[in-house]
Amino acid sequence: MNTVLTKKKEDLIQYFKEVCEDVGKTTSFSIRFFKEVIRPPYEMKEFIRQCYSIGYKSLPLVTITGFIMGLVLTLQSRPTLAKFGAESWLPSMVALSLIREIAPVITALICAGKVSSGIGAELGSMKVTEQIDAMEVSAINPFKYLVVTRILATTLMIPLLVFYADAIGILGGYMGINIHSEVGLYRYLAEVLESLKFVDIFPATIKTFFFGFFIGMIGCYKGFNAANGTESVGKAANSAVVTASLSIFIIDMIAVQLTDLFL
Amino acid sequence: MENVIMQHQNNDAEKSDVPVIVIKDLHKAFGKNKVLKGVNLTVKKGENLVILGKSGSGKSITIKCIVGLIEVDEGEINVFGTDITKVDTDELNKTRVRIGFLFQNAALYDSMSVRDNLGFTLKRHEKDLSNDEVEQQIGEILESVGLAEAIDKMPSELSGGMRKRIGLARTLILKPEIILYDEPTTGLDTITSREISELVVEIQKKYKTTSIIITHDMACAKFTSNRLMILRDGIIYAEGTYDELEKTDDKWVRSFFL
Repeated sequence: MNTVLTKKKEDLIQYFKEVCEDVGKTTSFSIRFFKEVIRPPYEMKEFIRQCYSIGYKSLPLVTITGFIMGLVLTLQSRPTLAKFGAESWLPSMVALSLIREIAPVITALICAGKVSSGIGAELGSMKVTEQIDAMEVSAINPFKYLVVTRILATTLMIPLLVFYADAIGILGGYMGINIHSEVGLYRYLAEVLESLKFVDIFPATIKTFFFGFFIGMIGCYKGFNAANGTESVGKAANSAVVTASLSIFIIDMIAVQLTDLFL
Repeated sequence: MENVIMQHQNNDAEKSDVPVIVIKDLHKAFGKNKVLKGVNLTVKKGENLVILGKSGSGKSITIKCIVGLIEVDEGEINVFGTDITKVDTDELNKTRVRIGFLFQNAALYDSMSVRDNLGFTLKRHEKDLSNDEVEQQIGEILESVGLAEAIDKMPSELSGGMRKRIGLARTLILKPEIILYDEPTTGLDTITSREISELVVEIQKKYKTTSIIITHDMACAKFTSNRLMILRDGIIYAEGTYDELEKTDDKWVRSFFL
């Protein structure tokens, strides 16, 4: 019994050590990113290619999820609001819920699944097949070319995708309302815009930059540091999704607390 | 084959006594596993040095240390007179441009065509070249490895031998003075292995390069080497020409030639 307990204790200590080590390495990886991002040369072509790949190619997925988010939120909230005779608040409620919380978090989670795992797998496979080493021996900085461009692209593209998801979600909400009653598009949009204030949009936008940064950074870190062997490619992709998703919730929690404190 | 060997052996006259790579007391360990325990070697200008050794003896580690891919624990690696273990990344990159490295699996960039694989490296180092000049140089190099027709292919469309040739072309595009080959014939059939070995010798003659070739393939070693070294237990255990080592009294060394 004692041996089992000691073993479990050792495992726990080892796990804790690994987590601490991972946090330390991720931090130093981020510091390297900030150092490299300001140093020329700038890989503009690759950055634009990544923006296209991360932003434009995610549009179909974000369109579908954004629309469903708005539609389902409206359909689920309507009966409760109807009970209190507050159906007219539906456009404001949908817009506020989407913009402040649901669209940023859901879009970021979807991108963690699609983008972060993609980056983790791509860089992991490049690492395993020595393509990253090949760049290095050709005197090309692989960190700048592969990591900096991807992190910058996710940091810029995720907020834009969230804006897009907001708009599509609000459109989905309009469709949801019109299933049970008839409301004109202009009236609906007027109510939506009237309910939104700076304090609703600003913090929600700021946190999406952090979501984007962490999605890119975790994907790159996991891929860039993949061990040898094909198994590690899968592990890098999987670990990137899990860690990025978890970090999205943690950032969201911190953002909500800070918003409550200061705004 | 014999003719080519003779031709190649005559090529010894092109070598000079100027050392371009000098390694002194190189040590490298991974955790508790000490892989290199004091490697000393010198490679002269224009020479093809083949390093033999069992799997895990540290052959690949040695050449990866030379290009700074792996940090050494102890020792000196002088390349063109610069100790690359003591320089910063910018300085190291200046030396790296003069060294080509052919990876075991060629390490072609999967997402790029053959043209882009070569152009990517060239455009970064020769910024003044026009697109036509880049295109011309890519064409010439592909011609020299006998794969001009593969210019628009993706790496996934190439066979093992073709990948090695394209990898070599990518290495040559920067006109390196030293080429490090990490098992250039591994995984290839006998005919393709011989073709790659011939290419290694052709390159040495045409571009006057100095090379270190890591291999298990004795036919390749015989064909390409001016000199051989055998790594054992982290040190250079034996050194000499192919013929000298083949006739040695040391049973362990002779076991490579059976």
